[in-house]
Amino acid sequence: MNVEITTEKVGAGYLMLLKGDVDMNTSPDVRSNLGEVFKRGNAKALLINLSGVRYMDSSGIATLVEAMQNCMKQNMRLRLVDLSPPVRDVFEMARLSSIFEVFPTANEALAGL
Amino acid sequence: MTATSDEECAMSGGVINTPQSVSLTVPSQPKYLFVIRSALYPLILDAGFSKKEARKVILAVDEACSNIIKHAYAGDPGKTITVTVADTAERFTVRLRDFGRKADPAQIAPRKLEDVRPGGLGTHFMGMVFDTVHYDTSLEQGTLLTLEKRKQQVKA
Repeated sequence: MNVEITTEKVGAGYLMLLKGDVDMNTSPDVRSNLGEVFKRGNAKALLINLSGVRYMDSSGIATLVEAMQNCMKQNMRLRLVDLSPPVRDVFEMARLSSIFEVFPTANEALAGL
Repeated sequence: MTATSDEECAMSGGVINTPQSVSLTVPSQPKYLFVIRSALYPLILDAGFSKKEARKVILAVDEACSNIIKHAYAGDPGKTITVTVADTAERFTVRLRDFGRKADPAQIAPRKLEDVRPGGLGTHFMGMVFDTVHYDTSLEQGTLLTLEKRKQQVKA
């Protein structure tokens, strides 16, 4: 099972859209795409839309935590958008909901940047 | 995937009320983890758990399989993981059999959730979802991990 990753520049930041399963098999792809975004830099925020994620395991969580740490290093905001029910479940179990900034839509996530 | 039904047990002289069990063996490769997840989902729902609970059970089993690939087999893709699911009126049980380096239960500890960092969550999820997490390392080779969930926790 693959994950589809698309990244575009939106306003003051980048918007990455993930679709599919983010697990031990696909997390390295997500990490690699995030690395490209950090290499480009020059943005106020990184938005990751998780509405199309059917499944996320602890390697997916680890990838997001690393992204948060990299954003902090680059003075960028990491904002997660529209968590799917499976992602909400794993966030709840790992008690991560208060760690990340989560928004219902990309427009709301972009507001105030 | 192989299924052992009550009928087959009776025909082979087994005990008639032997619980139904389903087994699946996959290569020890991350790309096959979704096969285990896909096979488990209908079985968990059939056992009476809600969709939300099913997602949590799948997450815990998937983490256990990932640990086998990473730790027991150290990434060797040429091994196997056998998953056996048994469902009775009292409990839902998942057994994971590997033939790699034996698990050391003393070394397996979940990290504190307050310590936000990558990794270390899989064991936490297993303990959170299942009532019993038991590593049997007495076998000649590998480990048999038994994950058990009591049925009285099934929500209507």
